Amino acid sequence: MNKQEAILEYTLRIADDSLLLGHRISEWCGHGPILEEDIALTNIALDLIGQATNFFDYAAKVQGEGKTCDDLAFLRLEREYKNVLLVEQKNGHFGDTIARQFFFDVFRKLFFESLSKSTDQDLAAIAEKSLKETRYHLKHSSEWIIRLGDGTQESHDKIQGSVDYLWKFTDELFFMDQVDELLIKENIAVDLTALKANWKSYISEIFQEATLNIPTNGWQQAGGRKGLHSEHMGYALAELQYMQRAYPNMQW
Amino acid sequence: MKDINIEEKEREFQAKIDADIKIEPNDWMPAEYRKTLIRQISQHAHSEVVGMLPEGNWITRAPNLRRKAVLLAKVQDEAGHGLYLYSAAETLGSDREASIDDMHAGIAKYSSIFNYPTLSWADMGMIGWLVDGAAISNQVPLCRCSYGPYARAMVRVCKEESFHQRQGYEIATTLANGTPEQKAMAQESFNRWWWPALMMFGPTDAASKHSALSMKWKIKRVSNDELRQQFVNVTVPQAELIGLTIPDPDLNWNEEKQGYDFGTINWEEFNQVVQGNGPCNKERLDARRQAKENGMWVREAALAHAEKRKAKMAS
Repeated sequence: MNKQEAILEYTLRIADDSLLLGHRISEWCGHGPILEEDIALTNIALDLIGQATNFFDYAAKVQGEGKTCDDLAFLRLEREYKNVLLVEQKNGHFGDTIARQFFFDVFRKLFFESLSKSTDQDLAAIAEKSLKETRYHLKHSSEWIIRLGDGTQESHDKIQGSVDYLWKFTDELFFMDQVDELLIKENIAVDLTALKANWKSYISEIFQEATLNIPTNGWQQAGGRKGLHSEHMGYALAELQYMQRAYPNMQW
Repeated sequence: MKDINIEEKEREFQAKIDADIKIEPNDWMPAEYRKTLIRQISQHAHSEVVGMLPEGNWITRAPNLRRKAVLLAKVQDEAGHGLYLYSAAETLGSDREASIDDMHAGIAKYSSIFNYPTLSWADMGMIGWLVDGAAISNQVPLCRCSYGPYARAMVRVCKEESFHQRQGYEIATTLANGTPEQKAMAQESFNRWWWPALMMFGPTDAASKHSALSMKWKIKRVSNDELRQQFVNVTVPQAELIGLTIPDPDLNWNEEKQGYDFGTINWEEFNQVVQGNGPCNKERLDARRQAKENGMWVREAALAHAEKRKAKMAS
């Protein structure tokens, strides 16, 4: 693997995380628990789709085969999508969605803070831009974790259940392989092991306020970064790709 | 016998309306004026919120990233319009959640257009171009409505709606200039939305039961038939420009009235859809009711947490 291939793979992982989570969050549109939350969730989806677009644009440029951001977003096979399993999980109830978003937002904020210092100017610039909105997403999801955790007994039990279920997908956020190793040497990629302690301590802090427990079962699932997804992924892609597959090679 | 005082107040009120002085929340107003406005503004708010569903139906299937982002932004605007309108209704003493419950119970209405299904991507173009276009025709005169908070909310809503209409027409134009399949998709969608869009202006002036008093109070400033005629006059040339055919064999330019004559609207269909028998009435209401029911525990948690926080601050 050369540097160019590594940057392409690295960028696609980031783009796919934003795309799939944006896709999931956009499914809430019109079905939120309160109108204000419909607006907030739609806005988060919009930010994530915007991030995905920027990273796919850059990936297409790095790839240099004349493809567009849409070719990369819509026309790959399931195994070629490299998002973590966490973001493709179904929305479930509002607490499931918030727990998924919270784990991701804590990671993303730390990740973009570091990536904005990358020696790769394009990645650094997109990270810088994305960081601003990610801070809002994190504020939003943190506040909901606290409200639901320290709300009613029902909401406490529900959000604890969401946390317990989704915990097994969180380690994969810190997945690294030779792509990362090669790019860390060039100060392009972020060394994710360095983020993990801060990720965990922020979560502990919010959970304490929310009266929630960090799950004790440490057994983890992984596969997304290598293109091996959950059963939900094929259905998500079927919707996402529907128009591009049914009406190939057209302008919209 | 009517209270002399009330008669005097009514006279003053009508004098203000006649002088185009805006009525503000704390001003005296006839009970019927308040009731009419609450009904109209809440219906408008419900329409914005229910209107998120047919378009929301295509967000996950939007054909490219740009269209997806624009559609998300548009639907987010609709939710925002719903919020300002519920707030405008609250200035008249309406309770947002109670009025939402009235809609869920079928007591309060929302715009019937949203009871039609969105069956192809082209429908996103037609909703923006025709449905938002018809909404703008209805809403521009509302910017001059006699009730201040509603008029001001409409100024902002109209700005955003006109942006929505342009994006809808842009989708329609792209399809109409696209491949034969895309053009057929656009025409098929146009055929389905044209007549329901004309119905959005409501019953004919002769049949409209709320119109006369609303006109006197300057809540409504232009009649249903006049607005419908303006919409047809503006939209027909737009359709012709991109090569779409109006699905109305009776459509003809009338030189004398400097406007189009058009065929008779199927009022039986209109009445049936209003009464709950449209293709998606049940789906739309079910979706809204479920959102409220499923969100109950979330809203309760938010309230309980706010109470706890308040208690903590106090101690």
